[in-house]
Formats: sequence, C-alpha cells, structure tokens
Amino acid sequence: MTENLNVYAVRMLTQKEYFAPGHRACQGCAEVLAVRLAAKALGRNVIVANATGCMEIVSSPLPFTSWKVPWFHVAFENTAAVASGIESGLKVLMRKGRIPSKKIVTIAMGGDGGTADIGLQALSGALERGHDFTYICTDNEAYMNTGIQRSSSTPFGASTTTSPAGKAAMGQVTWKKNMPAIAAAHNIPYVATACPSYPIDLVQKVKKAADIKGPAYVHILSVCPTGWRSAPELSIKLGRLAVETGVFPLYEVERGQYRMSMDFPKLRPIKEYFKLQGRFRHLTDDMIEEIEKRLHQEYEQLREKAKKGV
Amino acid sequence: MGKRVGMEVSIAAAEAVKQANVDVISAYPITPQTHIVEHLSDLVANGEMDADFFCVESEHSALSVCVGSEATGARSFTCTSSQGLALMSEITYIASGLRLPIVMILANRTLSAPLSIWNDHSDVMSIRDCGWIQFFVENGQEVYDHVFISYRLAEDRKVLLPVIINMDGFTLSHVIEPFEMIEQEKIDQFLPPYQPLYRLHPDHPITMGAFALPSIFAETKKAQEVVIRSSMPKISEVWKAFGDMTGRYYNPIETYKAEDAETLLVTMGSLGETASVAVDRMREEGRSVGLVKIRLWRPFPFEDFKQVALKAKDLVVIDRAISVGMGGPVASELKAALYGYDSRPSVYNFVAGISGRDVAPSDFIKMVDKAEIEIEEGNKEGYELYGVRE
Repeated sequence: MTENLNVYAVRMLTQKEYFAPGHRACQGCAEVLAVRLAAKALGRNVIVANATGCMEIVSSPLPFTSWKVPWFHVAFENTAAVASGIESGLKVLMRKGRIPSKKIVTIAMGGDGGTADIGLQALSGALERGHDFTYICTDNEAYMNTGIQRSSSTPFGASTTTSPAGKAAMGQVTWKKNMPAIAAAHNIPYVATACPSYPIDLVQKVKKAADIKGPAYVHILSVCPTGWRSAPELSIKLGRLAVETGVFPLYEVERGQYRMSMDFPKLRPIKEYFKLQGRFRHLTDDMIEEIEKRLHQEYEQLREKAKKGV
Repeated sequence: MGKRVGMEVSIAAAEAVKQANVDVISAYPITPQTHIVEHLSDLVANGEMDADFFCVESEHSALSVCVGSEATGARSFTCTSSQGLALMSEITYIASGLRLPIVMILANRTLSAPLSIWNDHSDVMSIRDCGWIQFFVENGQEVYDHVFISYRLAEDRKVLLPVIINMDGFTLSHVIEPFEMIEQEKIDQFLPPYQPLYRLHPDHPITMGAFALPSIFAETKKAQEVVIRSSMPKISEVWKAFGDMTGRYYNPIETYKAEDAETLLVTMGSLGETASVAVDRMREEGRSVGLVKIRLWRPFPFEDFKQVALKAKDLVVIDRAISVGMGGPVASELKAALYGYDSRPSVYNFVAGISGRDVAPSDFIKMVDKAEIEIEEGNKEGYELYGVRE
C-alpha cells in the first residue's frame, strides 16, 4: 500500500476562512466544502470569477455574500473568458504602474455543466491563450442547480431528471467526458484531480496550480447528496469510495508528466460506491460489472501513463 | 489645430483607440469590423500602443474578457458586427447591469438569414434595450471623435455605463475620408486615466454580480434606468467640452435646413449625408423639406426631438432595419414620442437600404414624393419597404 498519509492530516490547514458560513448550500454538500478548502489554499491575494451555478447561487444573494475575497459572477458559459480579462487587466495596470505590483492569483470556477458543456469553448480559448490563471471545476456530475439534469460529466448509468431510468432506458447512456484529459491536451503546465474527502491533497494541488505560471486546471469531484440521492452524512465516505474504487482517480499531470496521487494495486468493488446512491439503484449486477470493467481499464491506462511518466 | 490626414475610417477608429490609451482590447474578427482589429493588432505588435490585445475564440468571450478587465479598472475596448453582436448580446445586458464603462464600436451589418455582410441596423436593433448609451455617427471624423467622447462619458462616476458607437459597415468602415487628428496632449487632458469607483482587488474585497431575488431586483433596475436617463446632461456636457477643444460640436438631434420645413426627413447613421444632398435639391425646387438626424439613440432624446418634430407637418422616417411584422423600429419609437400631442405631424415610414442596398439622393426624393401623396390621401401613418422588386 503506497497510500500518502498526509492526505488525511486536516489539522495542517489554516484556521482562516475566506468563504464564510451562512451560505445556502444543501446539507452534506461536498462542493461547498471543496470551495471552502480551495479558498483556504488560495488565501487573500486572489480574485475569483465564478460561473452561474450552485456555488454562485448559494453564496451571493444580494445584498449578502459569503466571499471574503474579491468575487465576480458574470454568466454561465464565459467564466474562463472573464478570468482572462481579470488576469490581463491586472497585468496591464501593474505594467503601467497604476496599481502596485504584487502577485494576485486569478481563479475561474465553474461546475461540470459550466465547464464540460456550455463553458468548454471559453475554457479552451483561455487555456490556449496561456493566461496565468487557475480553473477549478467542481464536478457534481449533473446540472444540480436547475434540478439534477444530465451533463456530459454525468457517469454512465446514472439516473437524472433528463436521463431518467425507465422501462426502456437505463439512465445516462454516454460515458463521462474526460475533462482533465481535455485540459491536459492543451499542453498547459498543470492539471490535477482532487476530492474534498482528501482535504490536504486538494489544498496542496490548488496551491500548486495557483503558484505555477500559466494556465492550470483542477478538477474536483464534489459529492452532491441531493442529486446523487445519497445520505448527507455519507458525502465524505462517498468521495473516498469514488477514489478507492477507481471511479475517480486522484492524479496530477505536471508539464505532461502523469503522477498518481494515490495508487491502489487492488481497487474496491464499484458496487460499494454504487449501492449508497439512489441514482444507480436501478442498475443490475450485469450492468455494474460492465461499468466496472471499463473503469478498471481506464484506471490501468492512467497507471501506465504514470509509470511511463507521460 | 490637429494634423489633417486622409485615412480609412477603420484605421482612424483604431488610431483613436490607441490615442485613448486603452489598456485591454479583446475582439473576434468579423466583416466589416476586421480592419479595426487588424490595425489595433499592428499597433500593439509594433510597440506603438501599450495594451494587451486578445484575438479570442468568439465574440461572446470578446466582451466577457472586457467585462473582466474593466472590472479590475483597465480601460477596455471591443468591436464587432452583426452575428458577432448577436452572439455577445447576452453579455451586453450584463455589462450595463454591472455598470462597466466599456466602449464598443459596432460596424453595423445585417443579421442573417439570408447571410449578408452588408450594412444595415438590424444588428444593433436586436440589443436596443440592453442599457448601453448608443451613438450613431455619420462620417469618419465622428467615429474618431466619439471614441474619446465615449470613454470620457462612460467613465464619469455619475454615468458608469458602457457605450456603443454605431458606424455603418462598409459605407463608413471601408472608405477613405479626410480626418483632423487631435494632438495627444489634448487627448490626455480631455481623457485622463480611468479611476474606477470600485475595482476587483484583494486590498478591498467586493462581491460583483450577485444574484437578486424578486424582492430587490426591481430596485436595481430602477437604479439603472435613473442613471441612463439622467446621463443626458452629462452627454451634453462632454460634447460641449469636446467642442471647446476641437471646434466640433455635437448634439443629440442634428438638423439640416429643418427650421421652417413642412416635411422632415429623419435618418440615423451615414444615410444623413446623402439625405442632405436630397434636401438641397428639393430646396432648390422650392420645396419645404428639411432633415433631422438622430445621433443619440439611447438614452432617447425625447425633448430635443419634440422641439424639432412638432413644428413640422409631416415626418418621413427612414429605418435601416425591420421589426418583422411591425415595421421600422425608429419610426415606431418616434410615433410613441409624439403620441399625446394634438398637433403632431404625420409619420410616414420607409425601411430602406437594408443589407447595404444603395440609397441615392434621388431615392430620398422619391420617398418624400410618395409620402406626401399618401399623407395627402389620408394614409398618415403608412409604412413600406422601399424599392423592393415585385
């Protein structure tokens, strides 16, 4: 077992909060935990551009805000473009001496819909242009803000309100879009996956992404009890199960080099992860086996890349 | 007096953006706006302009980048046409709601379908209500001048609204005209660096773009309405200051031989210059015809317009866009402006010159002839699409 124990050492985190309590997230929302941890990682010298979605709605009902750092919401599909503008605005103003020169981190943040679907073009443009910013995708695997509709990041077999399981359908019939691979294909310096069930790992990756010059992409699996039909108290456990079953591997791609953050020679059975979620309740053992086969294959491919270092 | 030069209007527009010391430019190329972005790219690439230029992947992102950069306090510029404006239209409403003083030049072009690259005003009419201050210019000098005027106005703390400068695609964008360039020192004095009231910066963290529940939304919209309506004196003030500097004075409603005219032609944009030739010809024939040119489209200058229009017997309003199923958008607004006055003029509406079809002085004369006959026969509120082959 090559498990990295410091991924559990939560007490190493700062006590300071940059995302205040009193927000309107659902009970057991792991996405809001991911955002809170990311905010801790980033500190105060940061500007956040946030796509329309759960995190925007729960944190900014006028005239209230949960944000103790500068925060900007413009629209759904353009967050990476807005962050591009923030980054270049700061750069030019510093160059011209109109604001003092110092490192200010620009963050773009969106859900899986705002990233993998409607915001993909703007994200691709911003990554290609090479802006010095970090994009954080908090992936809860469907359009949860509008009521659990499928996205291209919804896993195969999951029942959502627009990919419902029925007599003639088995839920989502397409495989989860591989966003980290798409980000990595832009040859950006840093791509990582993370999950708030591993808080130190998440914080370290967000810090690394923010420190690296150029575009960085962090994809965070965010358990959504409301959308996944799971018990709110199981969110941390579900995040761990997603990693330990190989459903959501934790890894980094640093300047093209793959590295597994946690490697499991033997993965836990996917059924342990599925059985805690109502969205997979309709799947038969055969279906689960088929899904497991494909996910294991993908996991092995990832391990191979990490072994070869490419 | 500034240097006099001959130059393509798009090049002069880009030169104005340079002279205005814009910090961030973000655009996506689209005909007929391309020459502006090409020249701006040259200026930045040659080190003649200290700005960041981004040729982004869509117009939606072009304006979104400007929204981001303007929010940090960087003077930002974009320009587009037609489909490009349609694609960025979502963000036009947001930019004004967020009170970001971005300036956009719109090289007006037809909206598809059928696809057409030529000029009319259907693009801007699609975002008529987006909350930006909107100018229409008649010639190249006015485009150049209005870049400075727009930034000074937009960035005024009592205004803080984005501005669109509408210039007719090809008819203006691609022609070479004489210009009087303004000396840089004068511009620097007229347009000092932008000092935002609020900016995104960690030293003073603020939340921008929060969502509003019904209990507060109407109040935010009221604030926006009050601001754009009360920007009118500020617009006059900036025009006056600009006129004092250059000798070129502008008004929300421009008139030509309109004082005693029974019939008034009403135009917006570059058609005004052609129409004035037609007015001269009709005046030579002893006809009582004048011209009204709308320069300020938003906020709509009701008072200035009424002062001129109520003296006339007939208005012949030339629209360069169709609200399909209703007629010309300008005419319908003018009718609304005059409603409630017992002695109001008849408003006869022509939609002409759509998709860049030429409108010659003789066409204006034909339209006035037709309108006068129709009104005489009792058709006081007529509308037609002019010059269509049946």
